[in-house]
Amino acid sequence: MSEKVLMKGNEAIAEAALMAGCRHYFGYPITPQTELTAYMAKRLPKMDGVFLQAESEIAAINMVIGVSAAGKRVMTSSSSPGISLKSEGLSYLAGCDLPAFVVNVQRGGPGLGGIQPSQSDYFQATRGAHGDYRTIVLAPDSVQEMVSLTVKGFDLADKYRMTSMLLADGTLGQMMEPVSLDVGEITKYDKPWAATGTKMERPKNIINSLSLIPEELESWNLTRYERYKIVEENEVMYEEYMMDDAEICIVSFGITARVSKNAINEARAKGIKVGMIRPITLWPFPKKVLCEAADKVKAFISVEMSMGQLIEDVELATRCKKPVLLCNRCGGVIPSPQNVMDSILEADKIGGEQ
Amino acid sequence: MNTVFDRPHALCDVVLHYCPGCTHGIIHRLVAECLDELGIEGKAIGIASVGCSVLTYNYFNCDMIQAAHGRAPAVATGAKRADPSNIVFTYQGDGDLAAIGTAETVHAAARGENITVIFVNNAIYGMTGGQMAPTSLPGQITQTSPYGRDTKTVGYPVKVCEMLSQVDGATYLERVAVNDVKNVKNAKRAIKKAFQNQIDGKGFSLVEVLSTCPTNWGLTPDKALKWLEDNMMPYYPLGVYKDKYAEEAK
Repeated sequence: MSEKVLMKGNEAIAEAALMAGCRHYFGYPITPQTELTAYMAKRLPKMDGVFLQAESEIAAINMVIGVSAAGKRVMTSSSSPGISLKSEGLSYLAGCDLPAFVVNVQRGGPGLGGIQPSQSDYFQATRGAHGDYRTIVLAPDSVQEMVSLTVKGFDLADKYRMTSMLLADGTLGQMMEPVSLDVGEITKYDKPWAATGTKMERPKNIINSLSLIPEELESWNLTRYERYKIVEENEVMYEEYMMDDAEICIVSFGITARVSKNAINEARAKGIKVGMIRPITLWPFPKKVLCEAADKVKAFISVEMSMGQLIEDVELATRCKKPVLLCNRCGGVIPSPQNVMDSILEADKIGGEQ
Repeated sequence: MNTVFDRPHALCDVVLHYCPGCTHGIIHRLVAECLDELGIEGKAIGIASVGCSVLTYNYFNCDMIQAAHGRAPAVATGAKRADPSNIVFTYQGDGDLAAIGTAETVHAAARGENITVIFVNNAIYGMTGGQMAPTSLPGQITQTSPYGRDTKTVGYPVKVCEMLSQVDGATYLERVAVNDVKNVKNAKRAIKKAFQNQIDGKGFSLVEVLSTCPTNWGLTPDKALKWLEDNMMPYYPLGVYKDKYAEEAK
C-alpha cells in the first residue's frame, strides 16, 4: 500500500493525467473545474510539457485534435456550458478516430445554470453531439477513483482510438480526500496512423472525417461500431453494493452513489433489503447486470442529480421488467440521505401492494 | 534531356475537383513547389479547412488533418505544439478564416504560433454555392445578398491583413494575387517566405491570396481574372502589411 496524500478532486485528476503520460493540456477557465487548469499551468512547463490557455473551449478541443492527430496523449477539461462548446470537437474526434481524454466537472444547467454540482449532462455525455458515435464515459465516486479512472481513461482512449470522458461533478472536483498515486504500469500504444510527417519514408497519413460517398461513410461507421461492440463486451465497469439479498436496487453514479450508500446502511438497519448497482462506465452501460437484477429485485430507484436522465438507461437495461422510481434533485442541489430513504420506503411498499 | 517543368513532388498526381478557371489549382501548385524547394514535405503537416479547399488532404503529398470549419489554426496549434519540428500549415478560405474562424485566426496570431497560414480570399462561399462571404465586396451580388451587399444592413468586408497587422504577435502578413504571371510569381515568393519564417522559428505568417471563383461570380475564367483586378484589388490592396523581422532590421 503506497503512501496517501490529501488532494482535491480536480488536482488529483491533473496529477493522474501527468502520471498517465499526458504532456499536453488545453483549457479555458470555468468553475468548478478551474483548479485542474491551474494545476496543469503550474506543473506542465516544469516538465517540458505544453500548457495552453485557449481563447475558447472550441479552440481548446481543436488544439486537442491537433495533438492527438500528431500521436501524443492530450486532454482538456471543462464544466457543463464549456462541454457544450466542445461538442463539435468531440464529434470530429470520433469521426477521425482520434483518442482524447476529456473531463467534465458538471454544474447545474441548462444555459449558464449555476456553479453547484449536477449530473444533468448525463444525456450529453452518453449521447453526444451530431452523428453516430460513442464516447466512453467514466463516472468516479471518490477522489481515489478520479485518479484511477483518469489513468484508465487515457488507456482506453488509445486502445480504442476514442474519446473517453471523465464525468465528475462540482462536489467531487472540489472535495479533498486521501489518495494513493500508485497508478501502476502505463501501456504505450503504437500510432502508425498519426500525422507525424512522412519523413519521405511512408505514404502520407490523412486524419479526416469527411466522405462524400454515402456507402463509404456508412462503412466507416460500421467499422467504428464493430470497435464499439468490443468496448461494450470488454470494458463495462460497475460496483455492486449489498446486492446479494437485495429486494430493492438503487442505481446511481458519482456523488449520489455515496449519498445512497448512507441511505442503504440506514435502511438495512431497519431491516429493508436494499442494495446498489453503481455504474462506473456510463457508456458502455452495465446493461447485463441490471437486466439480471431485474429478475431478482422488486423495484429499482434511480438516484440522480438531474430530471430523470439516468433512469431512462435503467428502464432500457431492465426492459421495464420492474418499476423504476426516480429520486432526484437538480439545479445544483444534492439529494440528502433522507431523500433517498423516502424513495426506499416508497419502493418497499411496492411488494406489499401486490 | 533536362526536365524543366514537372509536377511538384508535394502535389499528388490526382485530378483536382475545382471548377474550370478556379485559381485554387495555381495556389496548390505554389504551396507544393515551396514544400519541394525548401525540402520540408517529409516534415509537413497540412491542415485542410471546410469549404472548397476541404479536399486538399487529397492533393498535398504530406500528412494531412482535416479540421472543423474555422478551427484550422487551433488544430495547427496542437499539431505544432505536439512536435515543434513539424512544419505545420493551414489552407483556408475566406468563410472559414474570416467568419466562423475569426477568433482562432486572431488568437493564433496573437500567440505568435509558429505556423504558416495560406488564406485564399475569393470574396464568396464557393462550396455551398455562392453565398455572401465576410470578404464579399460592398454591392456584390451573391445568393444571400441577391440585391447586392448592403453595408447599411450587413456591414463591411473584413480586411484580414489590415486587421492582423494590429496584432503584436503576428510576424509576417502579405496580400498577393494570382491574376497574372507577375503576381503569381510574387505570390510564390510570399508563400515561400511564410514557410521559411516557420523553419527559422519566426512565428505566425499569413499570406492572403486574392483568388477567383468564376462559377459563383457568374463569369468566364478570363473575365473573372479581370473582375478580381478591377474590383478586389482596389478594395484589398496588395502588399506587405507586416514583416516584423524586416522592421526590426531597419
